[in-house]
Amino acid sequence: MKICVCLKQVPKKDSILRIAQDQKWIDERDISYEMSEADAYALEEALRQKEAHGGEVIVISMGPERTRQSIKEALAKGADRAIHLDDPIFEQATDAAGIGRAIAAALKDEGCDLIMTGLQSDDHGFGQVGLIIAERLGMSSATIVMEVQIETGSVRVKRELESGWFQWVRVPTPAVLTIQSGINQLRYATLKGIMSAKKKELREVKAADLNLTADDLKPLQSIERAYVPEKSKQTEFIEGKPAEIAARLVEKLRFDARVF
Amino acid sequence: MTSYAEGKRVLQGGSFLLEDHVPEDVFTPEDLTDEHKMIGQTAHEFTEKEILPLDAEIEAKDYKLTRELLRKAGELGLLSIDIPEKYGGAGLDLLASLVSAENMSGQASFSGSLGAHTTIGTLPIVYFGNEEQKKKYLPRLATAELVGAYALTESGSGSDALAAKTKAVLSEDGKHYILTGQKMWITNAGFADVFIVFAKVDGDKFTAFIVERTFPGVSVAPEEHKMGLHGSSTCAVNLEEARIPVENVLGEIGKGHQIAFNILNIGRLKLGVSSIAGVKRLNTIAVEYARQRNQFGVPISSFGLIKHKLAQMAILGYVSECMMYRTVGMIETAMATIDRDDPRQALKAIESYAIECSIMKVFGSEILAYTTDEAVQVFGGNGYSKDYPVERAYRDARIARIYEGTNEINRLIISGQILRRSSKGELGLFQAAKNLMGEMLSPSMPEDLSDGVFAQERQALANCKKIAIAALGSAAQKYRDKVQDQQEVLAAASNILISIYGMESAILRTEKLVASRGEAACRNQIDATRVFANDAVQHIEAEAKTALAAMSEGDELRMMLATLRRFTKFIPVNTVALRRQIADSLVEAGRYNL
Ligand SMILES: Cc1cc2nc3c(=O)[nH]c(=O)nc-3n(C[C@H](O)[C@H](O)[C@H](O)COP(=O)(O)OP(=O)(O)OC[C@H]3O[C@@H](n4cnc5c(N)ncnc54)[C@H](O)[C@@H]3O)c2cc1C
Repeated sequence: MKICVCLKQVPKKDSILRIAQDQKWIDERDISYEMSEADAYALEEALRQKEAHGGEVIVISMGPERTRQSIKEALAKGADRAIHLDDPIFEQATDAAGIGRAIAAALKDEGCDLIMTGLQSDDHGFGQVGLIIAERLGMSSATIVMEVQIETGSVRVKRELESGWFQWVRVPTPAVLTIQSGINQLRYATLKGIMSAKKKELREVKAADLNLTADDLKPLQSIERAYVPEKSKQTEFIEGKPAEIAARLVEKLRFDARVF
Repeated sequence: MTSYAEGKRVLQGGSFLLEDHVPEDVFTPEDLTDEHKMIGQTAHEFTEKEILPLDAEIEAKDYKLTRELLRKAGELGLLSIDIPEKYGGAGLDLLASLVSAENMSGQASFSGSLGAHTTIGTLPIVYFGNEEQKKKYLPRLATAELVGAYALTESGSGSDALAAKTKAVLSEDGKHYILTGQKMWITNAGFADVFIVFAKVDGDKFTAFIVERTFPGVSVAPEEHKMGLHGSSTCAVNLEEARIPVENVLGEIGKGHQIAFNILNIGRLKLGVSSIAGVKRLNTIAVEYARQRNQFGVPISSFGLIKHKLAQMAILGYVSECMMYRTVGMIETAMATIDRDDPRQALKAIESYAIECSIMKVFGSEILAYTTDEAVQVFGGNGYSKDYPVERAYRDARIARIYEGTNEINRLIISGQILRRSSKGELGLFQAAKNLMGEMLSPSMPEDLSDGVFAQERQALANCKKIAIAALGSAAQKYRDKVQDQQEVLAAASNILISIYGMESAILRTEKLVASRGEAACRNQIDATRVFANDAVQHIEAEAKTALAAMSEGDELRMMLATLRRFTKFIPVNTVALRRQIADSLVEAGRYNL
């Protein structure tokens, strides 16, 4: 079983985000980065499948030099080798189409049985990259996956639907699965893992290696304006005698807030 | 793993006083390798997810749980950083060990248990054990199957550790040493399996022994009722004709002091690093509180006097971090030149930085004291309540100034070591003092300021070094071999040295930062360095006056004071405005952000 996990590095959860001057994205100075949460769960799932069925886990990530930190973390946790798409040309790819195209090109000859991505990244949250990779590589796909059972020639997966409903589906392999956060317990990178990660293969791939040009990766989608959501919360004070206040409150809770 | 140290010049311990170190010389947190960062992350996540949620249980002295948590930490490799690979450890560098200690200090009691186990409980065997002892104990200490402790102190001998009364006598058949005595204040005693016990063979040869809890005659007294660290175990250990196999003598008979004191150097660094982590954490807690507590219709974080406290905590956190990483970097560089696998060489390398280790212990524990005290103040009445975290932090922090050598003892070490090494010719203090005399006798010339962000601070630093050289030089000349009796003068000199080390470390790291990121991205760090340097000059002047007035009088004193004035010329910076700026940035960030 050859499983590839797509990782994205995103600003740390506790970062203080400021909108950049051009109002197109956040100001990236002074920000620390980490592996996007759902991707961490995808990695964990891949490692568990490998432990159960044998095989290899490859991680792939596209991003600048700093991305290596997250790639190394994946290697430290147990991935066998890594591919880093590191080239200024890749920075063109700011939408799911471009990212998906580049990653698909890099994985074309790997012959993966499974490709796992996070359900969506913590920054853009497109939720599209996995599906685009599947389309480009002609693989089947399943989204919002919560459980994976490997069979011969297929995988059975539990998908999350709305309102607490689930669905079990069988997907022929090779397949792309987009993994939901929180489905397993993330492991720590052990010190042994951290030190042995240094010896693992981390292959750097340039756009030219994939025969891709800046034109090929030109975004089809763009951000018009990034802004902090305007607050719409309102506080209302109910005045009067305690009994009146209580009655009014019950009414509000029942009809406005609809909590009962 | 220490690619950092390659090609760096080895700087002698204590040389910061007499030489100018440059930014390229100093190691900074920005120089940590990806591996170090990942170790830090593992330690941090482990603490956040496994330790902090069990805070209440740990504080209720659930030692079974503490053992279990130690074991889990062991599974990740967090207990074996300092243990060579050959004995089941990871055999990593000191930096890895400190990064991990820093990130595991969030629960003070657990951090105490952990430190006693990995540092003073394990390292004596790493550095002084023979092959059999290492094979027997280290792999099991690495996993916390065995928990370690260190038993040096007795009721009658604390600071004066060598005055221990515990006695060891060889049994008639020559197979055992019979130990009799009582050790006091032993961290982890309630549940530890292996104790490094110091006793005097035949009543005079100070020696270390590896003592297992189950050896006949070993018993542990009930828990002490402590001011803080309620979740860490502290008990007396009784040795009533305890029978210790002769193969458990650690190191050489009569050379126990080498073990006792050398291990403490590493203990002091680790105490320093966890204190610094505490300062940063409490700074965040105070900032969060000050942001949401309103008085007079506004958040208290908008008051200048509260801003002062928030900013000062952050400044001290930043400066101490500069000092800490610089120190570890120097030690690592020295270690790169020796055979790391030879424990004696490694210890010798660490020992030569005893001055810096003591500085880190004193400075770390005292800025933690300042920070916990002012955090209580920021919380007001709530700060005095057990319902808020700062009340406990205040009590937990108090021990840091007492153990691993009291701050008094460490202050005596700092200037005492400079003088001792100088009289041995290892440091050029006396020559520097002589040169300085020449300079003092010549008329003072207006000096040109150098270029750069810290032009004034650099000049002040050079002058403060001269003040320290003059003070120590005069003390040595005046008191000669009786200088040890002049504790107040030595402590004043040590305070000057601590301030110098802080000032220089902050300047060097910040210059390095500015060079890589540009001035605009380093506003807080530059401001913090300026404020610290400004205050350091004032403190140094006051300490120098105390020392000079104690050492001289009349015309001699007047002449000394005139020179002091010449070296303390410094146009004060607007620390009020700078602290406000730093505080505003902390409040905006909602946390320590230097
Ligand atoms: C919670 C806790 C945990 C501890 N854990 C351990 C442990 O695991 N193992 C262990 O061996 N010990 C441990 N200790 C003991 C600790 O190291 C000692 O308490 C410490 O070294 C001070 O010794 P003392 O208490 O005898 O004080 P004293 O030595 O009596 O000191 C009293 C005061 O006199 C000052 N003083 C003493 N000598 C001088 C001098 N020459 N010049 C100037 N001032 C001086 C001291 O600085 C101090 O202010 C622990 C203590 C506590 C409270």
